Amino acid sequence: MIVAGVDIGSLTTKAVILKDDKILSWHVMFTGTHGAEAANKTVGEALREAGLSLGSVDYIISTGVGKLEASFSNEQVGEILCAVRGACWLFPSVRTVIDIGAENCRTIKCNENRKATQFDLNDKCAAGTGVFLETMAAMLEVRLEDMGKLSMGSNSDINVNFSCAVFAESEVISLVHSGISKVDILSAIHKSIASRVYLMVSKMGIEKDVVVAGGVAKNVGFTAALSQRMGSELLVPQEPQIMGALGAALVAEETSR
Amino acid sequence: MLTGADSAESAEKVMDETLSKAGLLLGSIEYIVSTGYGRLLVPFANRNITEISCHAKGINSLFSLARTILDMGGQDCKAIRCDEGGKVTNFAMNDKCAAGAGRSMEVMARLLEVPLEDMGERSLQTVERPSTISTTCVVFAKSEVISLLHSGVHKNDIIAGLCDALSHRVLALLKRVGVEKEFAIAGGIAKNIGVVQRLEEKLGLRAHIAFEPQIVGALGAALFAKELLEKSIKCGVDN
Repeated sequence: MIVAGVDIGSLTTKAVILKDDKILSWHVMFTGTHGAEAANKTVGEALREAGLSLGSVDYIISTGVGKLEASFSNEQVGEILCAVRGACWLFPSVRTVIDIGAENCRTIKCNENRKATQFDLNDKCAAGTGVFLETMAAMLEVRLEDMGKLSMGSNSDINVNFSCAVFAESEVISLVHSGISKVDILSAIHKSIASRVYLMVSKMGIEKDVVVAGGVAKNVGFTAALSQRMGSELLVPQEPQIMGALGAALVAEETSR
Repeated sequence: MLTGADSAESAEKVMDETLSKAGLLLGSIEYIVSTGYGRLLVPFANRNITEISCHAKGINSLFSLARTILDMGGQDCKAIRCDEGGKVTNFAMNDKCAAGAGRSMEVMARLLEVPLEDMGERSLQTVERPSTISTTCVVFAKSEVISLLHSGVHKNDIIAGLCDALSHRVLALLKRVGVEKEFAIAGGIAKNIGVVQRLEEKLGLRAHIAFEPQIVGALGAALFAKELLEKSIKCGVDN
């Protein structure tokens, strides 16, 4: 049986193709202004990589903020369920899931039956989301994907005090002017976003094991800062961005079984 | 003038400018009180007093009946309650989130390429109807505004939506301390007629607006300086 999951996020769209509980292929691209088109293209690319056509897929589930735009999907499923299913498939021992995308952050507690028992969502404030990192990367003229590695060289105790992305921007500008190195500023930025996320997850209570996924989890500077703030090891999927799409595909597999 | 990166330097400069307008020298000033974010950094001040106390004092001297004060600057927003002597009885402050501060207007003015001082006026000249801005965070609202622009919405309608959203947020802060009938607005936001009018509508009140809303805090500081000087003379303490 072949199934697909497609996760239409505010910044990127992700697709995963599963065959008999194994990942055949996956693809990630920018959502742009047209969610429907992005969903089509992303699934198309993933299928092409697997050497399949849309006709050979038994069931497709869409998720993410743009889930309703994937007109070809058989069903739409919530992001929380998909995050939990994806995380439990990758790491069966998971009890806390942190999913940080471009414009929101979800913290979820789940049990051994792969059921979400509690969750919290921030989609109101850019602090603690990927946009915060994007803004900072642009300002410091560092590529988003390089931020994490670059910051690892720092051992300074400089902090960004404002959590608001707008105020933090001014604060970072004054750090630059006062001659603090980019490396140390990047490290401060990662500590800032980690402490926002920590606040959110600690309100729920942290239960091990903890999985961090979503595009922001690709930033090693952030995951290191969060791990330090939480005082615990974190599990990070090899491809953190596709966890939601994987979860959607897993739900599709269950539904059509 | 703009504070810039060095508040001590800008304090000195703004003092020099003001003194020269009055035809005075720093030596002729008997007592100086500093206030505001950088109040600890003013080298020539005899004392510093919080901006909350100074705003209440300043407003009290201008509008003796005012018991509720809104002070919104670029960086924060304060709702203050005071007694008949201008003494602060309660206050609530937002200095954490740019969405509830004047900064949001600055960011949007730049994005829309409209002078900040025109934002209020233009918000009252809607072409169709005010846009609804559904996100709170300034960063998210920027994307929202960009897509409104792309879909051909008139700038004035967007500005109207932004002013409405800001007045809504200010109202929430004011409600935390409670609003009495005599209500005054200070700080840069008082210059934005779009926010002021919408806030007045929501409150069902007319606000007292200082003729120079940005100098109310400094005025309050000067009044404190006068009081402190008089007190020290009375006590025979040489300052």
